[in-house]
Amino acid sequence: MSTDRGAPRRLIGAAAHGVLAPNGVLAREEAESLVARVIGMSTADAVSVSVQSARETNLRFADNQMSTSGVTTNTTVRVQSVFGKRRASVVTNDRSDDGLRRAVEQSQTIARLAPEDPEYLGELSAQTYEPVSAWFDSTAELSADARAQAALTALAPARASNDLTVAGYMVCSASAVALANNAGLFAYHRSTNANYSLTARTNDGTGSGWAAIEDNDWNQLDFAAVARDAIDKARRSRNPVAIEPGRYTVIFEPEATANLVSVMRGALQARSADEGRSAFSKTGGGTKVGERILDQRVTISSDPRDPLVRGAPFDGDGAPVAKEVWVRNGVLEQLSYSRFWAQRQGKQPTGGGNSLEMAGGTDSMDSMIASTERGIVVTRLWYLRAVDPRTLVYTGLTRDGTFLVENGKIARSIKNFRFNDSPLFMLNNLEAIGPAVRTAGGGSLVMPVIKVRDFNFTSLSDAV
Amino acid sequence: MEGLRGAPRARAATSPLLPIRFMPSRRDFLKVGGVSLGALAVSPELLRAGSAHLPHTSNTGYRALPPLYTDPATRELMLEALDAAKRAGASWADVRISRNRNNSVNTREQQVTNVVESDTMGCGVRVLVDGCWGFAATQELSAPGVGGAAQEAVAIAKANRVARDRRVDLAPAPAFPDATWRSAYTVDPFTVSLEEKVGLLLAANAEALKVPTIRFVNSGLSFVKEERNYANTDGSVITQDYVRSWVTLSCTASANGEVAVRGPEVVQPAGRGWEYVLEADIVTNAQLWGEQAAEKLTARSVDVGRYDLILHPSQLFLTIHESLAHPTELDRVMGYEANYAGTSFMAPPEQVLGSLKLGPPMLNLIGNRSEEGALATIGYDDDGVKPDDFHIIKDGILNDFQTTREQAPWLDWWYKQNGQPSRSHGCSYAQSWADVQFQRRPNVSLQPGEQDLSWDDLIAATDRGIAMIGRSSYSIDQQRYNAQFGAQLCYEIKGGKIVGQLKDVAYQMRTPDFWNALDMLGGKSSYEFGGTFNDGKGQPSQANAVSHGCPPVRIRNINVINTGRSL
Repeated sequence: MSTDRGAPRRLIGAAAHGVLAPNGVLAREEAESLVARVIGMSTADAVSVSVQSARETNLRFADNQMSTSGVTTNTTVRVQSVFGKRRASVVTNDRSDDGLRRAVEQSQTIARLAPEDPEYLGELSAQTYEPVSAWFDSTAELSADARAQAALTALAPARASNDLTVAGYMVCSASAVALANNAGLFAYHRSTNANYSLTARTNDGTGSGWAAIEDNDWNQLDFAAVARDAIDKARRSRNPVAIEPGRYTVIFEPEATANLVSVMRGALQARSADEGRSAFSKTGGGTKVGERILDQRVTISSDPRDPLVRGAPFDGDGAPVAKEVWVRNGVLEQLSYSRFWAQRQGKQPTGGGNSLEMAGGTDSMDSMIASTERGIVVTRLWYLRAVDPRTLVYTGLTRDGTFLVENGKIARSIKNFRFNDSPLFMLNNLEAIGPAVRTAGGGSLVMPVIKVRDFNFTSLSDAV
Repeated sequence: MEGLRGAPRARAATSPLLPIRFMPSRRDFLKVGGVSLGALAVSPELLRAGSAHLPHTSNTGYRALPPLYTDPATRELMLEALDAAKRAGASWADVRISRNRNNSVNTREQQVTNVVESDTMGCGVRVLVDGCWGFAATQELSAPGVGGAAQEAVAIAKANRVARDRRVDLAPAPAFPDATWRSAYTVDPFTVSLEEKVGLLLAANAEALKVPTIRFVNSGLSFVKEERNYANTDGSVITQDYVRSWVTLSCTASANGEVAVRGPEVVQPAGRGWEYVLEADIVTNAQLWGEQAAEKLTARSVDVGRYDLILHPSQLFLTIHESLAHPTELDRVMGYEANYAGTSFMAPPEQVLGSLKLGPPMLNLIGNRSEEGALATIGYDDDGVKPDDFHIIKDGILNDFQTTREQAPWLDWWYKQNGQPSRSHGCSYAQSWADVQFQRRPNVSLQPGEQDLSWDDLIAATDRGIAMIGRSSYSIDQQRYNAQFGAQLCYEIKGGKIVGQLKDVAYQMRTPDFWNALDMLGGKSSYEFGGTFNDGKGQPSQANAVSHGCPPVRIRNINVINTGRSL
């Protein structure tokens, strides 16, 4: 360390340890050795370590031009030290011995000063996990040339067209997460993800179309198909007309379904329901578990092993995550229990469900349109915010492709709407369900196209 | 209501509109206590001594790292990264080495739920090759580490040339070879002990819980300290030390099946230190916030219709943020955010600059990174530009956009027409070393009126209206036309007086119509800042911390909806 100068030098030490994998993402053995070093430094009653290691590459284009493009590699280590029931966490990205020791000592110092946490239940012992295969070298080892070529699948037709301007974004991540503690637990999961989204706008300023795709495997992304969809929607959405706000039959494409159904995730926490402050609390006490809350065709679950999800097989505590059904055939089957709340209420902890899936049906989007006398097709929703947590009423707007259906056919493009409505109302007014797909807006959401009646649009927007 | 930021006032039960009582201003203390950056610099000898000899921070008990800024080793690494970028073929490059520290403490009722300290550092290198951008970030702060990042950034830029159309050209900017800047904090929150932080929060929780119907209280502290180092191939080398603080508290009242919440944004975040948290006096104010939540349980549900709105700065700042500040970001205007945050109704520039009427002549909006204690205040931006103050809206007319060095040349024609230099307004920002910089928000502040009207004056002048305090639900479309905003507290005004609390209130607006309905502005002494740490934009999405100064305003005849539903 004699050549060291100033704060940066400790990271020279990190490189000397040989802990850097070729692509910067820690392999299982590297993660094991890292957490063992941390645990070995600890003098706390209990210590847990969480490692996040990632390399992310991205490329943006807009206004038919290339924009920013880059790569970021980083590994962070979170150390939680516990004395009795006093605990605190410190996060560092300095993996030298000095840096790790500093994080361990700092977390111990703060933990000693922290008040007792009555909800601390001790560390989990070793668990067994059924591994989930989510790593694809095609994504992890993607070249900058491949990204630039992919961008041309949208830029070239837009530049050639004279009537279109495109903006797009592709982002690929290769990441690993590892958890460990001094009670013998070790968990490791690595995954890749490739996501591409594209907005095409018409140069007259009246049309906008969006399309996107996501997969763990870069090779599964059909860039040309995304360009076709976005461009087609942009052109079809030109010159929208204003129609009266009000209650309409609506066909939500999967992304729009995901935008609204995913807001139920927070309300599925047992604790807030038991405390009388969630949409699933019953007036006068208790929860709505066992009650039919949605249309009987609705089943909502979380499952990291679904090939459309490929999530981590453990949660942030290191508890194994199994498939959990929250709503089955319209009945609220169970709520999500943390370890503490499960113990308090005499229940089994469910683990935190990282994904959310709504079971698909057999109806096609074409048949939904064909069976609609007057209704609206929504591509996606934007800027959702809670208006009332007790009813899950949210507000937000339609965006990038909103169409009027008349007499079984898409009749024309309409201006965007603001809505004020709840997924709990929406999924009680269900008319049809199509196949569930992995959506591309983030959050591991697998959602179907759905048709609902009486959806509440409250005002018009001039936004294109 | 000029008492909001001034001397303490007695809390009268009949005056529900006193959201925060601040302790006496510490502005004088700040001037005395503010230490110059030079005095804080750690000598190289100390840095070489190794961590075992570093000074202990007495009241936290753990060894502090030396500051990165003004550290010669950091400077050398930055110059090494720039050299490596040039050797690899970059025509221009900049580099940031920064240390980002976060501290958060969260509580509920009588217990602490979470204590986290985060401390990360690394290096981001940005390059231009043949007019194409490339960026690479690494946590390896060594010559090979930053050199490797520079080479990778150049490789990415070269690969992207195949898809290039126009070249990126940067507006010229003066070089600052040895610049330093420090934000307006007196007490570094990272030197304050955990016991003191926890003690403050739990004492406030206890006060709020004294209100009979308050069943739940959550409170939290969040602090950020950034040691930002920047260098570019123009010759700038800049080091900055920036601190921001936020204290939050939410009171949940519950009775007879009704639930009502006040908070969590009861104190505005600021680009200041621990002294700011103390000034907010959350222990004294917690009971008031609790009472406000309790009163909301029996509030009348609003009748839909049109009302004159009196908007408090704690509510209005977010409406300014969404409806005027976002659509005047030049990247949005030009379509660079079309795929995520959206575009702007103020486009194209040649059809709106100097002509689009956004409000009456009293509407003046200034972009700046200079207001003391505001969140976007900084000495130099992430392009190495010293920001200036600029009129975005002048006398009600759109006058300028928020810009970076890449964007300023796009408005050459407008600046020439006005006899102004074509320069960046200094709006480049990246949330950390790991993210590439792009155009972000300066403080965008609504100027107070000429007459020194107060909050109470605006209410007294209003026959039928609703007074709204505190940010709540907010949503706006991707071109910033149609928005819907709620508030934490809504009060019915009849005949110039507050007659009681309302619930289920939200106003819906179309931006140009809304601001053209502005007819009263509070004066200088009613001017306050509202802000957030979490303004989101970009792909990958980055957070920006920004404040908006504004007085209370009156907006005439606005559509109010009732958001109440039952399951």
